[in-house]
Amino acid sequence: MKVLFFILEKEFRQIFRNKAMLPIIFVIPVVQLMILSFAVDYEIKNLKLTVVDADRGVYSRKLTEKFTASGYFHLLEYTSDNEEAANLMHGWKTDVILVIPNGFDKDLMNDEVPLVQLRMDAVDGTKAGMAAGYSQAIIRDFIFELVGEEMISMNKQPEFLYKGEVIPINYYNPYMNYKVYMVPGILAILVTMVGAFLSSMNIVREKELGTIEQINVTPIARYQFILGKTIPFWVIGLFEFSIGLVVARLVFDIHVEGSLFVLYFFTSIYLFLILGFGLLISTVTATQQQAMFISWFFLVIFLLMGGLFTPVENMPDWAQKFTYVNPVRFFIEVLRGIMLKGAGFTDLLNQFMLISGYAILLIWFAVRRYKKVDN
Amino acid sequence: MRDWQTLLILIGMPVAQILLFGFAISNEIREVSISFVDQDNSRYSREIRQKIDASNYFKEGVEIYDTQEVESYFRKGEIKMAIVVPEGFAEQLVNEGNGQLQVIIDASDPNTASLLSNYIQAIVQSYLDEFNRGAKPPFFIEVRSELVYNPELKGAYLFVPGTISVIMMLISAMMTSISITREKELGTMEVLLATPMSPVQVVLAKVVPYLLLAFFNAVVVLLMGYFIFDVPVNGSVPLLLAEMLLFIVTSLALGIFISSITSSQQVALMISLMGLMLPTILLSGFIFPVENMPLPLQVISNIVPAKWFLLIIKGIMIKGQGIAFFWKETLILLGFTLFFVVLSIKKFKIRLS
Repeated sequence: MKVLFFILEKEFRQIFRNKAMLPIIFVIPVVQLMILSFAVDYEIKNLKLTVVDADRGVYSRKLTEKFTASGYFHLLEYTSDNEEAANLMHGWKTDVILVIPNGFDKDLMNDEVPLVQLRMDAVDGTKAGMAAGYSQAIIRDFIFELVGEEMISMNKQPEFLYKGEVIPINYYNPYMNYKVYMVPGILAILVTMVGAFLSSMNIVREKELGTIEQINVTPIARYQFILGKTIPFWVIGLFEFSIGLVVARLVFDIHVEGSLFVLYFFTSIYLFLILGFGLLISTVTATQQQAMFISWFFLVIFLLMGGLFTPVENMPDWAQKFTYVNPVRFFIEVLRGIMLKGAGFTDLLNQFMLISGYAILLIWFAVRRYKKVDN
Repeated sequence: MRDWQTLLILIGMPVAQILLFGFAISNEIREVSISFVDQDNSRYSREIRQKIDASNYFKEGVEIYDTQEVESYFRKGEIKMAIVVPEGFAEQLVNEGNGQLQVIIDASDPNTASLLSNYIQAIVQSYLDEFNRGAKPPFFIEVRSELVYNPELKGAYLFVPGTISVIMMLISAMMTSISITREKELGTMEVLLATPMSPVQVVLAKVVPYLLLAFFNAVVVLLMGYFIFDVPVNGSVPLLLAEMLLFIVTSLALGIFISSITSSQQVALMISLMGLMLPTILLSGFIFPVENMPLPLQVISNIVPAKWFLLIIKGIMIKGQGIAFFWKETLILLGFTLFFVVLSIKKFKIRLS
């Protein structure tokens, strides 16, 4: 026990001695949460619209106004030149071109069907898809309004149609704020990245600088060494997590719905898992550069397959099976469950088994792989 | 460069990333678990249920009779939505022409939530439209949508260029900064500087392998994009390669700059991660459109070199643009490169303190 205490003292001193490292440890969670949460937003606004209006009639203008009033589009150019519009799109200047044909007004009044063209820059498919959806909804509304106006002026009854209305009741995130969903996920990433990178580079650093041999000749036991290497980062990880929670509360007004105790309980187990992962990498590599690379490689895969941006349920079956060995996926589920839905321990039993199972496995491996004898 | 392990990972990484992006990651919802609570039990509600079950988007999970139970299944994550057809739905539909259903949604993910309710709305309306046949509204506008440049809405058009820029940043900037600080940390830099080589030569010799490696990797990604995901190169290939080279040099300059201001590998790693990798992934328009971000972030995105590089290569590859469209972006990248090279030479000259 005393030995462990000495190693801990050494590790903490080493970490806090490094003047450049401390601000990084403090600043990272705040910056990451702020930037990521604001940057990561799928809601598409401010689409740049070019209207090619060959008609210049009353209704074509009304339709244009309807587009700009929707809040999704702002009018970049109002022209009658098709060529010009195409050039604008070619140079990334406009996202959507709305082409209103000559005779639009006349056709509408005479019961004919005018053809309106929408041209979307589809390099970004998601954006184009949403732009198409918005535009079609706006045109549909425009028609309904027209119908309504005419009905009143002609004093006719609208025809009887069956209409189904779906009333969504949104639990947990009634304002449909994407940040509420992202912040817990980003917290999970934060804990994962800091834990994995710091711990994977740690033992390797001793190897690279040659100080590990000095430790190897002391009577320190393997488990003491590994524990001594783990606990400081565990403390730092929990600390970062707490800063993150405070930022989530103060900046994003996200309150933890579930129990804080359960939240910290899961985080502490998960930290052991991710530190075990880092240490394992540490024991199989020879330089910090290598360690960093291998961690990066796994982290990228874990993050992509973790359901942070795109739900795991959307993946094909083989990929979903693969996510069962992805601890990040489960931690994201846990954080979102506790913070947003108020899930309790019993709701997250599966995740608990998996996370603690992997944690034990990884640490056990790391201890086994770390040999005190150099070969 | 001696160790083949790192080399293997460096080459395997872009390949794995591209394959995951291409095959595993999708925004399309499929087989979402739902529950159907039918309190009406009429012909209409039963037929709506059949229509929903028949679609590929939904599959029915647990049977729920009481809407009070819904939340406990949400917490466990077993279902994402419960569709409630209230009693009197059919009556209201037949008498007033307007039937209301409720969907209780786990909206913690708001995007998926609104997709789900839109899909249900579409299914219900298309079912009811079968009864509406023959009735024609007095006004109609036909809309023809055209998806220019990417008619099939392939995600690959975004992630192939994006992955190229991330790989280049990773290898040229992050690796370089770490490998140079390593020499500093281990003290071997002094040995190298004591040789008749000038500091510039030492640094050049260190970065050339990374330059080659980054270039090789980018070409691999490009070829994979072309052969596996049909991502075209509509513009000039030599121009594309030249711009890629320019961006690699920009990243190398960044890497050298970072190594000139740090003294330990860990610090270099953290700075590259926070200062280079995250902005390159998040603020460059790789995944999330820059125009959507709040103004301060849009301003910051201007100093992320990858933003300009992405505009250039997407322009060449997908739109087939010529240099006339992106000479400004190219100049900006050149400017970044010069700025960081000059800055690091200044820092480096001062010797190791």
